[in-house]
Amino acid sequence: MKTEISAPARKAWMSLLAQADEAELSRLWHAFNHSPDFDWLRPPEAGGVMVRGRMGGSGAPFNLGEMTVTRCALTLADGTVGHAYVQGRSKPKAEIAAKVDALMQTEAAQNLRQAVLEPLQQVQQARKEARAARAAATKVEFFTMVRGED
Amino acid sequence: MYVAVKGGERAIDNAHAWLAEERRGDTGVAELSLAQIREQMSLAVNRVMAEGSLYDPDLAALAIKQSRGDLIEAIFLIRAYRTTLPRFGYSEAVNTGDMACDRRISATFKDAPGGQVLGPTFDYTHRLLDFKLAADGEAPEAPVADPRLEVTPHITEFLQGEDIIEREPSSEAVPGDLTREPMSFPAGRAVRLQSLARGDEGFILGMAYSTQRGYARNHAFVGELRIGKVPVEMEIPELGFAIEIGEVELTECETVNQFKGSKTVPPQFTRGYGLVFGQSERKSIAMALVDRALRWEELGEDNLGAAAQDEEFVLSHSDNIQATGFLEHIKLPHYVDFQSELELVRKLRREAQELAEEMAAREAAE
Repeated sequence: MKTEISAPARKAWMSLLAQADEAELSRLWHAFNHSPDFDWLRPPEAGGVMVRGRMGGSGAPFNLGEMTVTRCALTLADGTVGHAYVQGRSKPKAEIAAKVDALMQTEAAQNLRQAVLEPLQQVQQARKEARAARAAATKVEFFTMVRGED
Repeated sequence: MYVAVKGGERAIDNAHAWLAEERRGDTGVAELSLAQIREQMSLAVNRVMAEGSLYDPDLAALAIKQSRGDLIEAIFLIRAYRTTLPRFGYSEAVNTGDMACDRRISATFKDAPGGQVLGPTFDYTHRLLDFKLAADGEAPEAPVADPRLEVTPHITEFLQGEDIIEREPSSEAVPGDLTREPMSFPAGRAVRLQSLARGDEGFILGMAYSTQRGYARNHAFVGELRIGKVPVEMEIPELGFAIEIGEVELTECETVNQFKGSKTVPPQFTRGYGLVFGQSERKSIAMALVDRALRWEELGEDNLGAAAQDEEFVLSHSDNIQATGFLEHIKLPHYVDFQSELELVRKLRREAQELAEEMAAREAAE
């Protein structure tokens, strides 16, 4: 059964899956223990995406260089379509991401969110915070030397 | 002249077999894993990604292993692999203002909002060999503090408030892509930046240094240098909206340069820009200096005839794969070319000899 999906919600989970650590995603997915029947619309293929920057950080765009991305698309038995565009060259990662994308549009969404997406989000957040905490410890605290004139 | 030669197959096969053996080195020493290279040689990995122009740390680590640590050879492997990848599209321009900064410093404003964050830097080390690293040991744990949650604004934004620095004109013009169309001159700033971002670090550094030493003199301050990860968004045609397809670590450098002003523009600061994959600080500062030097014409400055002002010179010689390809090809067999040169020199010598003999005979006769 398909449910109505908002674009921002779908964007959020697809973005999370794209950046997920493959080992972490794979572990959570297999623990979820659900392998739906599906057909490939587009089997996984690795390719490149040209990443753009902006002159001066805010001006006109320019091409910076490429990154590797793997994409695929599949359809579940009930016709729900799942897409994946994930960073790197892992086909298994893309396959899991597309299955999660498809199942998130079904009644399985609630369980899947708890079993896979939320833990992934927590791991990612913890990793970011750990780096930010180290960066914060290297922030310079200036102090002014007392001068002898007066 | 190129002529097919046969006869080296066995020698070539055996040379490559020996190469593989030498690559492995002493088998009594543990073999390097790709994860070890990726994690512990990360700045080499970053350089290979930047100049290979492909962000993929695992592939860069493989290329470094295969090339026995010859980074230009590794970059060559990445460039060759890159051509086999189908191009899925172009990302939205990354927003470096949203960067999760590991490092962020300014040489111009001590009290910039967001502060001076040193990050994991070699600066202020004494450059003394650390023999503790020669022995196995536990990695020390870095101290932590309360993480900053807000985004860190760009320093140039503060100068723009006063209008004392030039504004980057906002634009959505589709930039040229030198991986799709061959470069032609004038290339324009977008293609220049693409070319500099993948150019050889040593060459860009030398060019930038020349501007500091007085060739195309343009005194630069590092207004801001930041290193960290940014998400990459791409519009997905099947969906009709953009998603984040991953994140990349970038080093961004913005320089603030002097500008006297002109008839139409009051004196204000101008900008140079460097943006490079990975933690690549030297390269991004150098890129910003060369970018600024190449902007002489649009800013109405004099052409001083300096190499760093010559777009065609800089862009035609910054690519280390093109350069090394042309340079190293001269060691390959040129037997037929050389044979013809040899014939020519012998003929000239013979003619000179004959002429000398003729002159001598004439003198003797007189």
